Amino acid sequence: MKLILILPALNEAKVIARVLRQIKLVAAKLPVSTEICVINDGSGDQTAAISKKAGVTVLTHVINRGLGASLSTGLEYAKRVKADFAITMDSDGQHDPADLITVLTPLLNKQTDVVIGSRLLRPTGHMPWLRKINNQAFNLLTRLLFGVVTTDSLSGFRGFSKPAIQSIELKTERMEVSNEFFTEIKRHHLKFAEVPIRVIYTDYSLTKGVKPGNVFAILFRLLLRLVR
Amino acid sequence: MSAFLPVQIIFSLFLLFAASRVWLRLKDGSLTLANFFFWFGLFVFAIIGVFKPELTSMVAKSLGINRGSDAVIYASILLLFYLIFRTNVLLENLRHDLTKLVRTIALSQQKKK
Repeated sequence: MKLILILPALNEAKVIARVLRQIKLVAAKLPVSTEICVINDGSGDQTAAISKKAGVTVLTHVINRGLGASLSTGLEYAKRVKADFAITMDSDGQHDPADLITVLTPLLNKQTDVVIGSRLLRPTGHMPWLRKINNQAFNLLTRLLFGVVTTDSLSGFRGFSKPAIQSIELKTERMEVSNEFFTEIKRHHLKFAEVPIRVIYTDYSLTKGVKPGNVFAILFRLLLRLVR
Repeated sequence: MSAFLPVQIIFSLFLLFAASRVWLRLKDGSLTLANFFFWFGLFVFAIIGVFKPELTSMVAKSLGINRGSDAVIYASILLLFYLIFRTNVLLENLRHDLTKLVRTIALSQQKKK
């Protein structure tokens, strides 16, 4: 069985080598054949070169298209290579590779189609209060708009079974993709579960992700894309 | 003394210019026939409104609005909002097409290796 590990990356040259090294160590112990796939989203630094040197698959967007577009490219690649599972992870080092097995296990056991690694199911580390409010706002939005209850709608650590890889079609191209995954889960009647994951906040990782001020822009783009 | 007010002359000249651009865009093929009728019709109606303001007042009264100019402003705002929405949708579609192209290039480059 084959797992594709999708890492969308934009200007992550500072950390990508360490992140890939740590992931490779864990991936070698997983009970499936694992291919790490970095989606270099038009980075202006050495992200692609460093990733290639690390011996992983690199798919390069010639210009920046956003997180959602990168994840779509990763899932499309997983579809093409007939992967049995796909897992998405952030490439800034905020996810602990040790949680890969936590996300993969429900998929291996065919308990569910989509697994969301929730940072808030069993909170570890100190999530800044502004991020907590942000997350709660998006969780509420996901519940109101799509009728799906989640504890972490903005999590970038997600696992997908083969049926999920085949059926999910993302329309959004930027940060709003995190919420769109839930519309797809609902639209295709996919089984979905949450597992607790550990999050590693560093000064570097805190500069990434959804900014609280972007809530309205994300909401607008999400609605616009969905009514398109 | 001219039979027309200065504002009528200025507005009608601008509207004629706009209508001529619509005609030219149809001729060079950058406007569909449906779009041509929409924009040309809009400018022709505007010209009629400029020279026969009493017509806009009649329409306004039938809609429950006191003045013709108010009706024109309300209708213009509604139309502008709708056109902004359509432009946004068009931009999103263009972005989506661009992303598809970028993705195809990324995947085909990987295939070549």
